[in-house]
Amino acid sequence: MKNRIKLELRRNPISFIFFFIGFAIIVFVVGTLFNMLYKQLIVSPAYFIAILKDQYVLKSIGLTLYASFLATILAVIFGIPLAYAIARNEFYGKNIIESIIDIPVIIPHTVAGIALFSLLSRRGTVGSIFGNLGIVFQDSLWGVVIAMFFVSYPLFVNSAKDGFVSVNPNFERVARTLGASQWKAFYQIALPLSYPHLISGAIMSWARGISEFGAVVVIAYYPMIASTLIFYRFNTGGLKESQPIAVLLILLCFITFLFLRLISRKKG
Amino acid sequence: MIRIENLSNNWGTFTLNNISLEIKEGEYFVILGPTGAGKTLLLELIVGLYIPNEGNIFIDGKDITYEVPEKRGLGFLYQDYSLFPHLSVKKNIEYGMKLRNISKNEIDSKIKELSNILKIEHLMHRDTTTLSGGEQQKVALARALAINPKVLLLDEPFSALDENTKSKLISEMKDLHRKEGITFIHVTHSQEEAILLADRIGIMMNGTVVQVGNPDEIFYKPISKEIAKFVKIENIWEGKVIEKKEEELIVDVNGKQIVALSDHFKVGQGVRLIIRPEDIILGKGNTSARNEFKGKVISVIKHGFYHIVRVDCGFQVEAAVTKQSVENLNIKEGKDIHIFFKATALQVIKR
Repeated sequence: MKNRIKLELRRNPISFIFFFIGFAIIVFVVGTLFNMLYKQLIVSPAYFIAILKDQYVLKSIGLTLYASFLATILAVIFGIPLAYAIARNEFYGKNIIESIIDIPVIIPHTVAGIALFSLLSRRGTVGSIFGNLGIVFQDSLWGVVIAMFFVSYPLFVNSAKDGFVSVNPNFERVARTLGASQWKAFYQIALPLSYPHLISGAIMSWARGISEFGAVVVIAYYPMIASTLIFYRFNTGGLKESQPIAVLLILLCFITFLFLRLISRKKG
Repeated sequence: MIRIENLSNNWGTFTLNNISLEIKEGEYFVILGPTGAGKTLLLELIVGLYIPNEGNIFIDGKDITYEVPEKRGLGFLYQDYSLFPHLSVKKNIEYGMKLRNISKNEIDSKIKELSNILKIEHLMHRDTTTLSGGEQQKVALARALAINPKVLLLDEPFSALDENTKSKLISEMKDLHRKEGITFIHVTHSQEEAILLADRIGIMMNGTVVQVGNPDEIFYKPISKEIAKFVKIENIWEGKVIEKKEEELIVDVNGKQIVALSDHFKVGQGVRLIIRPEDIILGKGNTSARNEFKGKVISVIKHGFYHIVRVDCGFQVEAAVTKQSVENLNIKEGKDIHIFFKATALQVIKR
């Protein structure tokens, strides 16, 4: 066994060396989070327990999960058609469209927030029209949702696109020769075969929404989502007040994503 | 049964150019041509996955050129078989029938019938991703035939299989055609498949159908130099008609006079003579054959179970002979030899 490892090390040194270099990243991430969890949960759990009883904090975390869920629903409704259209067609300017989809990923999120604010605030170009219909974005749930949607949909669309691209288009063509309309070929063949990509895209998009701060805080400081609340408490009460909320959010997110990954894997 | 009129398509990668074709009811029709000739596109136009720029397609007299694929009722088999990977073998075969709201009893009896014909009963509950190439082909055939198609279109159905599976399945395909009694249209670049399966063959080159005929016509009487080359005839001699008596032509090829039969040509006209290497006989000379020439062996090459002998007799001749005759006649490079062939074996085309 020992000889075997030695032999492999000599034959394929890169695999070993790169693994050890790369492992630094894992140590960095786990160390950062574990340090915080350790302090809060083991060293001085009193603050953490107090947070669990703080209605304002619990509500804020609930709002965050809910708003990001709504943003993900929007991403799914509009993202599936967009992803499918891009995956199945070759057209002039396709890569321009693909670059536009990625814009929210590359611009600073406070910039995204300001852009959204100028469009959707009470006096904004579009915001005033929606205001007349009774839908307000500035400092409202819809403001939170739209900001989360803006920054998170690219993750869903790109994943869905990869999913549709990975489905051999001949499957749908054969389905049509067997008597399926284009709609049926889409939802009986292309859609189920892309499920793993669609689900992982939706999970990533949801996670991205929960983690958003910059875009949300500009358009909707209130109602306070978890990241805004953590920032507020950090400014007013320092680490002592902000860290327990952060730990609770980490734990909740981690458990939920683990759960979602597990059920989606079973389905895939 | 299927009539294609002046079909042209000039967008996308392949171009089809003014194709006209008639395929008869119950026929096994092979579209044979080199890669890139547009064969698959022609099938996709017939089945309705694309629509042509010009021309029409009729089935049983009805114009279906612009009909959506799901209403055409034609069976289609892709080269990669395209079994739905998320459905079991049985669900794949049922797919088309379920879309037609056929009762469960009918579906079951049809599946029984097809799995019996194709010998795939044992595969019914398997996952399609675990099937071998040959098994995949049979399941795809069952799925296509389950909708009782008027025509079955096959796109290079044997190209994804190993040699042994291929030769076994080619003979089974012939049986299947006989049992089902429907029209098969089979696209391939393999002459072997065409010879073994076709009732008639359409040769397709550069986006158009250049010759249609039964296998003998295609392989012995190609109507152009390009087709002759494609069906692996190296004996293409250029000459000129110097004499004509009724159906009989005397053609001058590099100063040698060859007798051929055809009534389409005039004295003085340039022609090409084409003859398959199997129709050339080698011997010691002095037979009664009118086309007998003396020459020198240039090369002897072993080619599978026979030998290709190249002879220079003023013009270059390629003959396919058995190992036995190579030994009996002691054919060797540099030796003198006589070649013979029948006038009727020659195909005369215009130059």
